[in-house]
Amino acid sequence: MTESMDFLLWTRGTAFDVAVTIFVIGIIIRLFEIISLGREESLAEPKGTEFLPGLKTVLSRSFPDGGTFKRQPLTIIAGYVFHVGLLISLLLFIPHIELFSQTFGFGWPGLPNPIVDAAAVLGIVGLLAALWNRLTNPVMRMLSDKEDYLVWILTFLPMLTGYLAYHRMINPYPLAMGLHILSIELLLVLFPFTKLMHAFTLFLARWYNGAMSGHRGVES
Amino acid sequence: MTEATLERGLNAFKEQVDAPVAAFFSSCISCGMCAEACLFYTETGDPKYTPIRKLEPLRRVWEQEYTLVGKLKMALGLVEPVTDELLQEWQELLYDSCTMCARCSMVCPVGNDIAYMVRKAREGMVASGNSPDDVKAAAERAVRIGSPMGLRYKALAAQIRHIEADSGLTIPMDVEGADYMPLLSSMEVINFPEYIESLARIFKQAGISWTLCSDAFEATNTGIQIGSSDIARELVQRIVDGAEKLKVKYVIAPECGHAYTSIRWDGPNLIDRPFPFKVLHILELLDELRASGRIKTENLSNERMTFHDPCSIARKGGVIESPRKLMEMVNSNFVEMKDHGKLNWCCGGGGGVSANTDAEELRLKVFKRKKDQIEETGATRLVTACANCRLVIEEGLEQYSVELPLEGLTELVAQHLVEDK
Repeated sequence: MTESMDFLLWTRGTAFDVAVTIFVIGIIIRLFEIISLGREESLAEPKGTEFLPGLKTVLSRSFPDGGTFKRQPLTIIAGYVFHVGLLISLLLFIPHIELFSQTFGFGWPGLPNPIVDAAAVLGIVGLLAALWNRLTNPVMRMLSDKEDYLVWILTFLPMLTGYLAYHRMINPYPLAMGLHILSIELLLVLFPFTKLMHAFTLFLARWYNGAMSGHRGVES
Repeated sequence: MTEATLERGLNAFKEQVDAPVAAFFSSCISCGMCAEACLFYTETGDPKYTPIRKLEPLRRVWEQEYTLVGKLKMALGLVEPVTDELLQEWQELLYDSCTMCARCSMVCPVGNDIAYMVRKAREGMVASGNSPDDVKAAAERAVRIGSPMGLRYKALAAQIRHIEADSGLTIPMDVEGADYMPLLSSMEVINFPEYIESLARIFKQAGISWTLCSDAFEATNTGIQIGSSDIARELVQRIVDGAEKLKVKYVIAPECGHAYTSIRWDGPNLIDRPFPFKVLHILELLDELRASGRIKTENLSNERMTFHDPCSIARKGGVIESPRKLMEMVNSNFVEMKDHGKLNWCCGGGGGVSANTDAEELRLKVFKRKKDQIEETGATRLVTACANCRLVIEEGLEQYSVELPLEGLTELVAQHLVEDK
């Protein structure tokens, strides 16, 4: 018990500080790498504005067009189920919110545990379906490289260990919590340097797309 | 032109990377949705045609030159470099199987503008000597002779004499101080001279002052298609010089997709200054003339007609409403294709593909998407606004033994004008 307690304390202490530091600095470096490349302003007379159409595309790309949905429903459904499940378990699980408010001094209301539990199951199922899709869909299989599978594992581990810890399926409990926190630290450390970065850069990508289309008077 | 080498190619790729490109590559999670938007994938089922995959050479250059991790991997010898072999293999993917129609750019969930990057990647392909011979030859003719099809002014002058003799209309040439200067595509001059006559008819009724320019009549721009800003710049400069010499207020892009992109959107950036004139697509001008009541039509047809949106004009150019308004002027039984406007499917021949014999078999195969889309409407006549789309669709329909008359929208409007009393 003491060993697992020491492990938990280490993951909550030094390891956590190191991981968060690498995460924050990494994200800043990556965003700087991208934005500092700049973009040439178009000299063509605009047919529309850029800023608002860019924001509109940031929102609108969360919803697929009907034709594409029909052609590839599994990709879209698995993507939604996983992301929604992940976000609910990450942001609306009361212990997560308490951890946040202990650090930053403010929080928000969470959802009852059984609901979060169901969301976590959905998230895990969604992620498994996404892996299945990646392995069997010819397009995804051809596109995927080692990194695509690495980020899948990095995302899956925190969800799995969180689920196991919550249901006391690993003993002793401090070990379960320690593993959960360690898996998150692994995720944080590698986040800025892998495709996980899409969680931040997709806002840039969508905005650029919408802005460049907006300039030409096209809703993208 | 300077000799093409791998080194020049790599430098060209490097120069093309900007913040949007970096944001796009950073955001791709290999979901494969772009494949579902691309007729080269949907009609062949071959995953190698997945749009984002076509950008692998540019992606490698971005990763290796512009990311910390890429540089680290490079130092450790963990990266796959861009080689001549890779670029040779990718020529088919970046030219034969991409029309830069940008349908994938409309569908990508993380917002990647893939067509924007294909256009950029082609710069590296040209600089490294990996562009298709046919498109190269067309670009060379455009620079040397003034037209990708080798058409000289003399041939245009002869067509104009015919049109004037047959119709009794006047086609003004090199009139200084005219308001509008329409451009043409060689294809229109050779295959669809009705377009020129239609312009004369419409402009006469509208009472506007216009002129063609003998030094700058060719609107197409092979530099944009092949991916050479140097060639594209030279061709745009000719038009700008012509328009400035004649002091026109408007330059009118013809019924041609990429010509509109090149003069309307890329032109000022290529010559690095804003134009002293405005650029309109012919459909935008006709729609303005319609709205201000300067052209009037009669005897609306009730034949079931549908309209093919040329990608460069609609999805990439924002001219979507105008053709619908113009169709209303001439037809009372208009039917839309299921995916139309900004989500229309490409004819398969844009972006230089129709000029590229390497791509011919594939192009005819993937045309099935367009054919099915047209047939679904039950229309008995197809209208479009791009001479290239028109030829590609005619050829494709013939291949599939579908009989369907095709028409340019400008001609259709001209046919329905109220006769001068």
